[in-house]
Amino acid sequence: MSILVALPVVLPLLAAGLSLILHRHRLAQRILSTVSVSAVLVTAVVLTVLVDHRGPQAARLGDWPATIGVTLVADRFAAMVLSVSAAMVLAVLVYAIGSPMARDTAQHFHPVYLVLTAGVAMSFLTGDLFNLFVGFEVMLTASYVLMTLGADRAQVRAAMSYVVISLVASMLFLTAVALTYAATGTVNMADLASRLTAIDPAVRHALSLLFLVVFGIKAAIFPLFFWLPDSYPTAPTPVTAIFAGLLTKGGVYAIIRTQTLLFPSSGASRLLLTVAAATMLIGVLGAIAQNDVKRILSFHIVSQIGYMIFGLALFSAAGLAATIFYIGHHIVVKTTLFLVAGLIEEREGTAALDRLGGMVRRQPLLAGLFLLSGLSLAGIPPFSGFIAKLTLVQAGVAAGTDVVVAVSLVVSLLTLFSITKIWAGVFWGEPEDAGLQVRPHPSVALPRLMVVPTVALVAISVAIAANAGSLWALSERAAAGLIDTGPYLEAVLR
Amino acid sequence: MMRSTILSTATTAVFHTAVLFSLYLLFAGHNQPGGGFAGGLVAAAALVVRYVDGGSETVRSLVRIHPMTLLGSGLVLANVTGIGAWLFGGAFLESAKWQWDAPILGVVKTTSALFFDAGVYLVVVALVLMVLRTLGEEGEPS
Amino acid sequence: MIVSLAVLAGVLYACGVYLLLQRTLTRIIIGLVLLGHGANVLLLVAGGRSAAAPFGGAELIGRVSDPLPQALALTAMVITFGVTALLLTLAYRSWQLTANDEVEDDIEDRRLARRAERASEADESPSAADEVLA
Repeated sequence: MSILVALPVVLPLLAAGLSLILHRHRLAQRILSTVSVSAVLVTAVVLTVLVDHRGPQAARLGDWPATIGVTLVADRFAAMVLSVSAAMVLAVLVYAIGSPMARDTAQHFHPVYLVLTAGVAMSFLTGDLFNLFVGFEVMLTASYVLMTLGADRAQVRAAMSYVVISLVASMLFLTAVALTYAATGTVNMADLASRLTAIDPAVRHALSLLFLVVFGIKAAIFPLFFWLPDSYPTAPTPVTAIFAGLLTKGGVYAIIRTQTLLFPSSGASRLLLTVAAATMLIGVLGAIAQNDVKRILSFHIVSQIGYMIFGLALFSAAGLAATIFYIGHHIVVKTTLFLVAGLIEEREGTAALDRLGGMVRRQPLLAGLFLLSGLSLAGIPPFSGFIAKLTLVQAGVAAGTDVVVAVSLVVSLLTLFSITKIWAGVFWGEPEDAGLQVRPHPSVALPRLMVVPTVALVAISVAIAANAGSLWALSERAAAGLIDTGPYLEAVLR
Repeated sequence: MMRSTILSTATTAVFHTAVLFSLYLLFAGHNQPGGGFAGGLVAAAALVVRYVDGGSETVRSLVRIHPMTLLGSGLVLANVTGIGAWLFGGAFLESAKWQWDAPILGVVKTTSALFFDAGVYLVVVALVLMVLRTLGEEGEPS
Repeated sequence: MIVSLAVLAGVLYACGVYLLLQRTLTRIIIGLVLLGHGANVLLLVAGGRSAAAPFGGAELIGRVSDPLPQALALTAMVITFGVTALLLTLAYRSWQLTANDEVEDDIEDRRLARRAERASEADESPSAADEVLA
């Protein structure tokens, strides 16, 4: 049992080591990565089912007691997010392998990608604050390398601001951990949950805010999001796709984990509600102003983070369940959209709207894939986004936060507008600026290994909508586990 | 590149001692100050001194294995040590202790954490070798 | 003892933040390194009073310093070490590409500044556009 909890972290690390040894054999590296990431996916799914039936499971590394050792914990929330993430990691890996520009030609792509996988798994599964820091660092350090794979001028410039911002956040994180230890004498989250209630409320509030700022930078919430639209679009597409799907969600996960476990609130938090509304609105307004597919999608990430924070801010079972469902839906749809953007770029050589046009005739499949996931992002029935937003709005209305609900609905509309803008610019009409038009290659078929994972992700998104009932029930159970922390604490401290 | 005689002589004198000391730190770790990271850093410092003296060619001829291979081996060794504990029914990374009477040396105590530390040692050395390769070779007259 | 460490952490943070706000990449990197040192010192302070090195058996509990923050600080140091190496490589690459050590302006910022310039040229009287420029 404890083996299953540790496996998603250990397996990719072991595979990364083997992959480094095999750095001269690209085929072997590809097989190794695919096999190990698939194994992580299988483990995560099995873990989700097990945890759903038997309650939270903990693994103590080195068999040290939980309060002083490293503990990995899987509850429903962690296992669910991990499963979805592992599926994305696998899909993007296949996509990267299939990319004819061969993003994975660099000898270090595969090891670094596997380290990223381990970091993501560790951030989701860790049971103490310090290892959350370590997990984030492992994940981020790998992301710095992936972001600069091409090492051209724009990438280095964008990566520089990304790395510096992330590092400042990390140093703040370390400071927060140190202050928490000074105040309570532990960094284990389960232990902290009880000890934090005993300390001075002022100190507790300060710590809570410090953690909110730290994870807010990582999750790109207002007003700490400015680095994201600047840096994400310059990275190679598969890399942007995995960043968009997973990295900010690591921040959101940490916000939810710390706010529910360490600093639980009895009612809706006005601060978080304001932040959520502002994040939604500013993000989507930024998206409307942009003129490049990848930049529009990057701003959408910010806007969508607002929805997740909204659900959390309600601090109700329904709100949290909606957030959890939203995270699952969002990770899938966002990754898909970036993969489609990558395919567009692959085909036409650019992602700028005024240079593109008329792709619906040349690439009907691509148009269909974009339409399905774009509409889902905007929240049009019957797609997964509709269910996610509906539940969120219901929870918001039930909590009496009408203003934020109204904002979220307006933002939905604006999201639809900016999706339409991409649709009109890329798939319909002709390029605005004929002189700038790049020569498309209509004769060559899209690489199959790039199309298959994209189609698979759209299929997953449709499956989420089709099985919304059971997934919603699972989200509700996961949310109940976040509110009633008893079983979680017992599993860790036992 | 001009080599300084003083530096060359000093390097020859210091290098082996430093490597030996790094190995001492590696084995003394766990219950005494030291360990894989500290040991690895000392070994890496010794290699850096060699680099300053003779350039990257010297370091290359000294360590023939590709740093990536070395890095991978370290990572695998550390992981396998952790996984090994599962095979004996323990928790991941749980440490085992062995004690035996060795001729001449007397009673020798070993822990399985030593293998983990050896992995860390390899990783640190490989990392510094990689830095020397990627940053140290450009701009050098070939 | 603890007061001096707390002051040291404060000075390190202050210097780190100051350097972080510079335009030159190398200074930013040094600033981040100092911030990291500050955080590590803070971790050590969090461990309480300093005492003998925590080696030996369980019978020493209470007479040795708290080993946990030291382990945390060591881990944090290792991470800072790795990331600093990466940052230096990036700075080196940036220098190779641009022959300059300064962080380039953001494209969006430049576009905004240009728009503001144009607006102020069209409208000679002091307006909101000038404030944007300033």
